[in-house]
Amino acid sequence: MEQSSCDVLVVGGGGAGLRAAIAVAEADPALRVAVVSKVYPMRSHTVSAEGGAAAVIKPGDSLDHHAYDTISGGDWLCDQDAVEAFVKEAPEEMLRLEHWGCPWSREPNGSVAVRPFGGMKAERTWFAADKTGFHMLHTLFQTSLKYEGVRRFDECFVTRLLVEDGRCQGVVAIELATGKVLAILARAVILCTGGCGKVFPFTTNASIKNGDGMALAYRAGAALKDMEFVQYHPTGLPFTGILITEAARAEGGYMLNKDGYRYLQDYDLGKPQPKPVLRSMELGPRDRLSQAFVKEMEKGRTLKGPYGDYVHLDIRHLGEKLIDKKLPFVRELCKKYENIDPVKEMIAVRPVVHYMMGGVSTDIEGKTSLAGLYAAGEAACVSINGANRLGSNSLPELLVFGARAGRAAAAFARGAAEPGLAAAEQAHAEEQRLFELRGRQGGRERVATLRVEMQQTMEASAGIYRSEATLREGAGKLRELQARAVDVALDDHSQTFNTELTSALELQYMLDLAEAIVHSALERKESRGSHQRLDHPARDDKSYLAHSLALRREDGSPRIEYMPVKITRWPPGERVYGR
Amino acid sequence: MPETVTLSVSRYRPEREAEPVFQDYEVPFRKDWVVLDALNYVKDRLDGTLSFRWSCRMGVCGSCGMMVNGQPKLTCSAFLADQPPGPIRVEPLRFFPVIRDLVVDLTDFLRKLKKVTPWIVREREQPLSEGEYRQTPEQLDAYKPFSMCINCMLCYAACPIYGLEPSFVGPAALALAQRYNLDSRDQGARERRERLTEPGGIWECTFVGECSEACPKNVDPAGAIQQYKVSSALAWVRMLLPRGGR
Repeated sequence: MEQSSCDVLVVGGGGAGLRAAIAVAEADPALRVAVVSKVYPMRSHTVSAEGGAAAVIKPGDSLDHHAYDTISGGDWLCDQDAVEAFVKEAPEEMLRLEHWGCPWSREPNGSVAVRPFGGMKAERTWFAADKTGFHMLHTLFQTSLKYEGVRRFDECFVTRLLVEDGRCQGVVAIELATGKVLAILARAVILCTGGCGKVFPFTTNASIKNGDGMALAYRAGAALKDMEFVQYHPTGLPFTGILITEAARAEGGYMLNKDGYRYLQDYDLGKPQPKPVLRSMELGPRDRLSQAFVKEMEKGRTLKGPYGDYVHLDIRHLGEKLIDKKLPFVRELCKKYENIDPVKEMIAVRPVVHYMMGGVSTDIEGKTSLAGLYAAGEAACVSINGANRLGSNSLPELLVFGARAGRAAAAFARGAAEPGLAAAEQAHAEEQRLFELRGRQGGRERVATLRVEMQQTMEASAGIYRSEATLREGAGKLRELQARAVDVALDDHSQTFNTELTSALELQYMLDLAEAIVHSALERKESRGSHQRLDHPARDDKSYLAHSLALRREDGSPRIEYMPVKITRWPPGERVYGR
Repeated sequence: MPETVTLSVSRYRPEREAEPVFQDYEVPFRKDWVVLDALNYVKDRLDGTLSFRWSCRMGVCGSCGMMVNGQPKLTCSAFLADQPPGPIRVEPLRFFPVIRDLVVDLTDFLRKLKKVTPWIVREREQPLSEGEYRQTPEQLDAYKPFSMCINCMLCYAACPIYGLEPSFVGPAALALAQRYNLDSRDQGARERRERLTEPGGIWECTFVGECSEACPKNVDPAGAIQQYKVSSALAWVRMLLPRGGR
């Protein structure tokens, strides 16, 4: 077994991971920082983000406006101290990215341009046409190359955290190209592995979004916070689940039912106007729009297609010129994958699983409940997203909290002892486990079969609307799947780039997270933001103005606890849109 | 419409085969399926040993480039229905060492990427407190097309020069160098030029143009390299003039 060591190890090479690595390198050039990722960094899922990144920069806007939009959008489940830090630091982080070369779209005078976005009462979303995440990721990756101190372990799949003396001291990873098992010892570890959309069958998430970091932390004893909050984005393409950015609505697109009627006016989201109105109608928050779709479907006013019900997103009236300038990727995706031209035709869309508000519970510095372990980005829950994230907050979150976690981990690493011998011994035990799994003969279950059953279970039990009955049934089914997953059979026993082995490990991660989601949802007997209980339709601040914490029991099942929400200046109130 | 189609897939498992062999799989023919969907059908239902890379399935992560019927393609946007009748041949990207099956080794590209100094170089950093560097929409348009590269490697698999001369920095990396050269915020053009006019740099390109044909994002690396040659030649001429131009 090969052993390496560094001071700070970042797991994941997307937006948060690269920002964290650069923050470590800048905090102290003497620290040895490494990034381990199961894909090359520029393949990370940040690349798929489209519409933009919110940060207050224009006159007439204010940090308090951004904070209020975020907190009300999150149905008052956000930690307000974290939100205040976030809105304050976002502009500086976005400017830094501008200085690093990000090709932000511009005003004629050369200043950065902003666009409106859902749930925001001012125009504050920076954008690089509609490939914002792509440009941010490539800018970060290319910039990271100038830091000689940043070492990379590309295409290395992390299988466990090494924890000794109550402190995280590194990871074990499989180098995919060779199959070699690596022990990477570190004084501090930062998890930046993104979300776990692949727990569900229909998602905008890439195939790599299996919640690796969340599961690694959970297995190591760290708490997962607010896992019941799963965001459905209202506009995904049927079948592929490809995202059509919210910017399509921000630029003036309409949501239409089968009668061509702007149905959102029936769901307390305001009155239809020809031009987009902030915090109204199509610019309402994602949870409310996705819930409206389900209601509309129940009324029989959606359209029927081969991949289920859908509604129309109409951007034809925006005209070819604006679409090509501000929404070129929307047009490219529609032409390529749906064989339609949105300049001339309406786009069929339906809600699609998009984002996990929950994640590894951290404080405002990215610190988890396990010493030496930090997390940032979608993998983490700080929490600034509460019960429903606002569009264009996730990209600045990567930067602000990636940088914060990087600085905090650097400070911790400077004072931490060398990883001990016991950590290296654990790594040997892990190598044995992986060797056994890869070589196992005669198992009866296929990875893909179990994955499909898990995904269907999640949709049926923990979709846009849930109830005690659906969640109980889902919890039971997931226990069964966990038991069956022990008996997984691999066709592939080879060392070299064994992707069947990694999909088996990913399935195990996802099953753990699926259970955490369902049990967190079961315990929360209220409706808030993206968590809608048919049997408890109202928000209940008396009992549930609290974050859920899922902790893993000995038998692998979750135990749910609660911790208070931090309220600073915005007492819980009604979420008002369009009036 | 036929009910199934044959995928003829290049297999190479270094622990088993001395060199690649083809293996055929019958997969359902569906009009909304791309080649990548068919490969996933194989992986999930027929043969878990087949290895390939993929992630976003929307043409932006750059992972799933392969040779489809001899052409470099993103398999997430190569529809089964668009392929000529008969078996569909799927092979790893040409000109790269193969690690396994459809997975090629990108180590060399990552090295070349760094070689072109793909970041903003400035003599003086403007403090963040002074706000953004001003850049007009026209200045943005000057480099924007060259910033759209997803590093999918199709242009390398299309480039006959790279096939003959693996030390050639290659289309994507040179287009990226030009992306930064043309960015109004950057001052690193001279530093890049010194490195990229060495052997293996821009002068290797004979303007075949296959790279721009293969690019799924309309980056036009061939155009970038031609521009780069012209500006480098001009810089060289200026250097020979009295007082050395710049």
